Order: sequence, then C-alpha cells, then structure tokens
Amino acid sequence: MLVREHVVRMSGDGGCFIGASLSAVDIIVYLYKKFLRIKAPSDPDRDFFLLSKGHDVPALYGLFAELGYIERARLKNHLSPNDSVYWHPNRSIPGVEFHSGSLGHLLPVAVGVALDMKLRDSSARVVVMTGDGELDEGSNWEAMLVASAYKLDNLVVVVDRNEFQANMRTEELIPLEPLADKFTAFGGITRQIDGHDFTALDQAFAAIPYATGKPSVVIANTLRGKGLPSIEARADRWFCNFSDSEIEQLLQELHGRAGTKLTSDTLVVR
Amino acid sequence: MSMNYEDTLIELALADDRIVVMTAENRAPVRSAHARLGPRFIDTGITEQCMIGAAAGLALRGRVVVAHALATFLTLRAYEFIRTDLGIGNLPVKLMGFVSGFLSDGNGPTHQAIEDVAVMRCIPHMKVFCPADHQQLVAALPQIINDPGPCYIRYSNRDAVVEHSRDFQIGLAEVLSYGKDVTILVYGMLFKEACEARKLLEAVGISVYFVNLHTLQPVDAAAVASAVSATRLTITIEDHLLIGGLHSIVAEVCLARRLSPHVVPLALNGRWFTPGRLREVLEHEGFTGPQIAQRITNALQEV
Repeated sequence: MLVREHVVRMSGDGGCFIGASLSAVDIIVYLYKKFLRIKAPSDPDRDFFLLSKGHDVPALYGLFAELGYIERARLKNHLSPNDSVYWHPNRSIPGVEFHSGSLGHLLPVAVGVALDMKLRDSSARVVVMTGDGELDEGSNWEAMLVASAYKLDNLVVVVDRNEFQANMRTEELIPLEPLADKFTAFGGITRQIDGHDFTALDQAFAAIPYATGKPSVVIANTLRGKGLPSIEARADRWFCNFSDSEIEQLLQELHGRAGTKLTSDTLVVR
Repeated sequence: MSMNYEDTLIELALADDRIVVMTAENRAPVRSAHARLGPRFIDTGITEQCMIGAAAGLALRGRVVVAHALATFLTLRAYEFIRTDLGIGNLPVKLMGFVSGFLSDGNGPTHQAIEDVAVMRCIPHMKVFCPADHQQLVAALPQIINDPGPCYIRYSNRDAVVEHSRDFQIGLAEVLSYGKDVTILVYGMLFKEACEARKLLEAVGISVYFVNLHTLQPVDAAAVASAVSATRLTITIEDHLLIGGLHSIVAEVCLARRLSPHVVPLALNGRWFTPGRLREVLEHEGFTGPQIAQRITNALQEV
C-alpha cells in the first residue's frame, strides 16, 4: 500500500504510466520481499531482477524507497532534469541492474546474465518481468529459443498479464492467447496465476525452477490500474497526469474511502 | 609467421577468462572456438538481436564479449540493440562484422554492409575500427579487447601487402608516405588496391601522401587535417556509401577547422554495387589498383 501511494503521488506534475505500475506492483513487491536473494544491490552473488516493461518505474522506485535503496525524497524529483528519476529505469538509480524502455530488450539481456551465472557455477537466478503487449516483439521469442537451447533453468520470466497494451486490449489488437501454450512450445515450463494474490505468488515462486534444464515462466494475471476502481482496466487510463486534487482523491480511493471524480483529460497520445 | 585472427582470439581468451566469444551462427572466423573455449563460446543461432542483448547481459556481469555475425545483419538487424544496450550501457562488447563492403562479393545487395561505418560511428561510446588486412586486425585485437567500451570492427581476412608500423595504436592514423602532389585517405580492404595505385602513381613521378585511416571513430583529426593540407588534391577511397563514411568524416574534420581542401571521393554513390567474384566486382566498380590510379590521374588534371 505504501508503494501504491508512491505510484499515485508520481502520477501528477508530468504524469506517469500509472496503470502498468499498479498491475505490476504486487509482483515486484513480492519478488523483492520474498523471492530475490539480494543482500545488497552491490552483492556480487545476488539474484538479478530486470524490469523489461520499463513503464513501471513508479512501482519499482516506490519499492526501492521503502527498501532504503534510494531516499524517499528522491521520488519527488520525478521528471526533474536534476535527478535521474524519469519514465524509464536507468542504472544511476541504486538497485536498477539495467536500463529499459525499448520493449523486447531485457529478456535477451536476461539470457546473457543467466549464461554468465551458469559459467560461474553460481546458484543465483535472474528474473525478468515483461509486459504482455511487449510480447509482440520477436526478440522475446528469439530469447526463449536460446534460453531453451542453453537449458537456462536459472532464468525466470514473469509476464504482467494485465491484458492491455497502450491503446486497447491485447486480444483486440494482436491476440496473444493461448499465451501459456506459446511459452511451453518455446521450451519454457509455464504456470499461470493471480498476480495480485500473495499466496498464489508464493506457491508459484517456491516451486521454481519448475524443471531442470528449462526456463520457468510465470504468467501473472493482473488488472491494469489495480487498487483504483476509477482507472482499473480502462483503455483510456494508460498514461495519466492528474491534478493535485485528483491525486488527493485517488489516495483516499486507494484506501477504499471514496471514489474519485476524474476530470483531467488523461488519454495522452504517445 | 604471425598468428591468425582465430588463434589470436582464442589465445587471448584462454589467458583472460573475462572473454566470451559469441556468434549468431557465423562460425567461419571462429571455427575451432567451440572445441577450445567450451562454454565460453556461445552460438545463439540466427538471432542477431538476442545475441546482442545477451552480450549486454554477459558484459553487465563483467565479461568482455567478442560477437561475430555478417556485418549487415549485425549492424542493421540488431542496430537498436547495439545502440540501446551497448551504446547507452557503454558495455565492452566487440562487434566483429564479417564480409563487410566489397567482401560480400557475390551475395548481392541484401548482404552488402556499405552503410555500417555511417550507422555505427554515430552511436555515443562506439569505436569503429576498419583494419587494412588480417595482419592489422590481429595486431589490434589485444587493444580492442582491453578497451573498456563497445567497438565495431570490419573484419578482414585479406593478406597484408605492407609490413604495418609496429607502434600501432587504435585512433592514430598510419601515415605511410608524406608526398606533395596528392593525398590518399583509405581504410579497410581497399588499402591493398590503394597501395597498388600509389605505386603506379609514384612510377610516373606523382608524389603521394598516403594515410591508412584504420580507426574511423574516434578519427585522428589532426592527421586528417595535416594530410589534406599537404597537397592540392585529396582522394578518399572506401567500399561504403558516399554518405556517412570517410568522405563525410573528412568533411566534418575540415569544417570544424575551417579548411576547404579539394577532395574527390571514390565511394558508392547512392546505390548498391553489382555482385560477383571479388576481382570482377572491383573491376566493374572501378576500384582495382590501376583504375584507382587512373581516376586519381584524371582528377589531378582537373584540379
């Protein structure tokens, strides 16, 4: 909830990709709190987390602020040229392993990280989170072929399956289903779960790797904008730039106290 | 006899376990790497984008990657991965482009990397190295690998026609003669034909200022400025499109220094070259030694 509040606060004064951040936030929090073995961002034997759907910066940095990787005050520097807190992740933020923003990049990068972990006989793992719309990019499927060929069972792919891409539902534009079958056909072992249910996340991640010699794939069914009924699963609430009073109302809404009357024209063409 | 590229690379890799050799199923220059390097040789199949992304992942973890693919697919198919993962990341991945320029001989335009210098040199942090021949490629390899950033290399398997200077340095031009009539600036595989042209010109009493610009990014701007100022005519020679290659580089150097020399480019002007056996490609396109000498003689008469 604390992280969700950070996300909401970052959705004004220039705005952010709030919908995607709120669909992914439970998974990201789960991974850092329960799954990833990271003693410190500089620990050489740490697990790697790579955020391929770079729009989730507010969720990631919100969590980093709570973990103490960055100062909470830095979140207020969102979009200031005097800090490096902008719409996509970059390595000047402690905890960010690699920059993203261009879709379909970090699954190939994760393959390289996983290959290096294997070369070092390390028991570390690399988790890469992709969006679902992002899976239109062919490079992801190249990477799955290579991950499968090199038996990368230290690679975990998590798909934030919020069923939306920028402007519409994935199934309306370029249908992805049957998505689990696609990953299975490319050599992964796939589980599909509720990405907002911490018990389900726990069960899915406790069982990783799902098979020796094969990458594990978790398709996490999520809701874009989860936690804010006024923007949940709406195609026109992709990128939002709210007024101060709307943000105050959204913070109330987050805690179930009231709805929000949104007046901003938040459908920003990008 | 000095070692070849493949043996040199493998020797370096055996001595330095940071080095990982990758290929997108272009095994010709590294045929024995699989047997000799074991898991530090990684063939990702016909996946240039994934290879570059994975190379970035390996480099992030402290590896130095030497990645091989056909130059045109390496630079263009994977361009945005190179720019975004290696460029923004400033990662030590060395991109070995096979059969660039005229070396794609009979393949046809799909395989002609004749814009590779243009597209690679504008990426921040990227170095661009186009050795004259196999000897120079091998000589440069330790420097390339020890450089901390990304580098694009036009791989060359051509035999050396000169003994290159021993104090070779990436980024420093190799000046082979300081003549006074005409300046020749050349890089890559056409160095051989340019040498032949130089001999023919010198045989008829034309004095040649001859520069091998093996490093195009960062370019040795001082050497270029001196070379174009030393004679009344400069010829740039390249198996590359006119736009964005050596001719453009010379123009950039001159503009920055307020120089306005007379420069005639020998390059591919707005078209792909006619495919065929290398010997005949050179003949057809006017890039044999005697043809280059003739074109320079003609240009000298028009100055």
